[in-house]
Amino acid sequence: MSATPAIPAAPEAAVAQAPEAQVPIARRVKKRLTSRGATAAAIIIAVIWTVPTFGLFISSLRPEDNIQANGWWNILGDLEFTTKNYTDVLASAGGSASNLGQYFINSLAIVIPATIIPLVIASMAAYVFAWGRFRGKDTLFIFIFALQIVPLQMALIPLLSLFINLKIGEFQLLPSGTYAQLWIAHSIFALPLAIFLLHNFISEIPGEVIEAARVDGAGHATIFWRIVLPLSMPAIAAFGIFQFLWVWNDLLVALVFSGGTADVAPITQRLAELTGTRGDEWHRLTAGAFVSMIVPLAVFFGLQRYFVRGLMAGGLKG
Amino acid sequence: MEDVGDKLVQVVIALAIFAAIIALIMLLVDRAPKTFRDKATIIGFLAPAVVLLAIGLIWPAIQTTYLAFTDRNGAPNGVDNFVWMFTQPEALVTLRNTLLWVVLVPLMSTGIGLAYAVFIDRARGEKALKALVFMPMAISMVGAGVIWKFMYTYRGAEREQIGLLNQILVWLGGESKQFLLDAPENTFFLIAVMVWIQTGFAMVILSAAIKGIPTEIVEAARLDGASAWQQFFSITIPSIRGALIVVVTTITIGTLKVFDIVRTMTAGNFETSVVANEMYTQAFRAGEPGRGAALALVLFLMVLPIVLYNARQLKKQREIR
Repeated sequence: MSATPAIPAAPEAAVAQAPEAQVPIARRVKKRLTSRGATAAAIIIAVIWTVPTFGLFISSLRPEDNIQANGWWNILGDLEFTTKNYTDVLASAGGSASNLGQYFINSLAIVIPATIIPLVIASMAAYVFAWGRFRGKDTLFIFIFALQIVPLQMALIPLLSLFINLKIGEFQLLPSGTYAQLWIAHSIFALPLAIFLLHNFISEIPGEVIEAARVDGAGHATIFWRIVLPLSMPAIAAFGIFQFLWVWNDLLVALVFSGGTADVAPITQRLAELTGTRGDEWHRLTAGAFVSMIVPLAVFFGLQRYFVRGLMAGGLKG
Repeated sequence: MEDVGDKLVQVVIALAIFAAIIALIMLLVDRAPKTFRDKATIIGFLAPAVVLLAIGLIWPAIQTTYLAFTDRNGAPNGVDNFVWMFTQPEALVTLRNTLLWVVLVPLMSTGIGLAYAVFIDRARGEKALKALVFMPMAISMVGAGVIWKFMYTYRGAEREQIGLLNQILVWLGGESKQFLLDAPENTFFLIAVMVWIQTGFAMVILSAAIKGIPTEIVEAARLDGASAWQQFFSITIPSIRGALIVVVTTITIGTLKVFDIVRTMTAGNFETSVVANEMYTQAFRAGEPGRGAALALVLFLMVLPIVLYNARQLKKQREIR
């Protein structure tokens, strides 16, 4: 197979796109070519790449005094583990609490609607672009595709003032200090890529399936919800995971739209803030960093295949 | 705990409102008079996306372009912001750093990623080895920033080091070093973090490309007595050229927009700022929306040719496939 970033294509193609797919002959060749030198070099790189995360993890489990006394590589000298750092950073009580539990909830509260909303809206648009007939369709589609080249930095300043000025009388429609601005901003920034990817997939659905449903008298709404969406699940899952991780790991959009309070700001923003203000409290920072990484790492190890697919497809986003 | 309940309610209400809007659209589309029904579907299904993009991306982008030519009070000031960008020392440092990032990150991540992909192609435990190097891609750049700040932690010579890299310096007989404070080399230590993240991406795509090289070709070359180096340069590289270009351009685009790493690790101080970070600082911290907008515009202009080239490559590759 070619190495094009695996934009989910036809349903069958997507399933067959596991990079590990190999024919037996390849395995035989591989066995013959296995060389000690290459293995050693690979292991060295792998160790270098893993040590930073590993060190952080070990440190997050060491008592504060030990962290400050010497490096984590001395762990064998003072085998002492504690979960106090974690209970500390998650706690909401006390004046100096980092309160990460709250921010963790915020991240969840931001990411769920910010993934569902663009997926639904993009699927609807993609369905029309794939199966609707109207003048200017291709032009509009290419235009939306081209919007991917606009870096989100281009939109931040005006979008923020738009949110502030969006009022009906005295009533602010999307008040700052709520999740609403974040949901909408993330949804908007996701659309060009989502529409493009889902369109590629939805347009590969066999025309007979849709025709048959139409003959049976199904309306567009029915076809969309009962046929198109279920058949598009592989693409929706791939993009959904990508968008989920993108929103979860985002810092820039959060900084601009969240207001930074414990009521709204996501965990990445809080962690960045702690790094600035409490740069020496490594018992907090190490545990905090891990709390923020748990969800993406779980997605990574649990759904690796979808993860790879989504990531490659989303290489251009941002 | 009541907080959690509160937040849950907000999410549920938001999703309910969203569901109601979508349900209303579906209802209107299905109940439209028969002659108008197809048109209603097209309008109803497209409207949410088109409206959101128009007010949230297209209009703001146009406004930002205009803002780039205004001063801090919103009055037009010609090209002053760009003059500032290309003459003031601190702005020039930002541009120089961005240039360093955009040259070094794609080069190093792709180089190391390619080497690693070749090595593990012949190694045992390929899957696990892949996962280890790919893992940083799952971590947020903020998290990566914390991980590496810890690696770079500085302690004076009189105390025990707690940052691994300084400890290594001490073990080697050197003195501990302020990795993140000493300009200009501190930029390179930030760049290393991005390389750490992006190498996995390069490796996974290039590894897939290498596996796509027909085994007969590799076998034939071996039978002809080609050395490992000859195989690599005469067979591997030409065969995966397309994938290489896509990897390099994709990483380049990501690097141009890099923000979180700089923000988390130095906040752009000590001469480490880059365009995306400076854009944020000027627009949202320094009260200079004009300068921020100008930087955003420059970012757009830098990304533009690479995105276009990347899109063309992708299209070409897909046609071949």
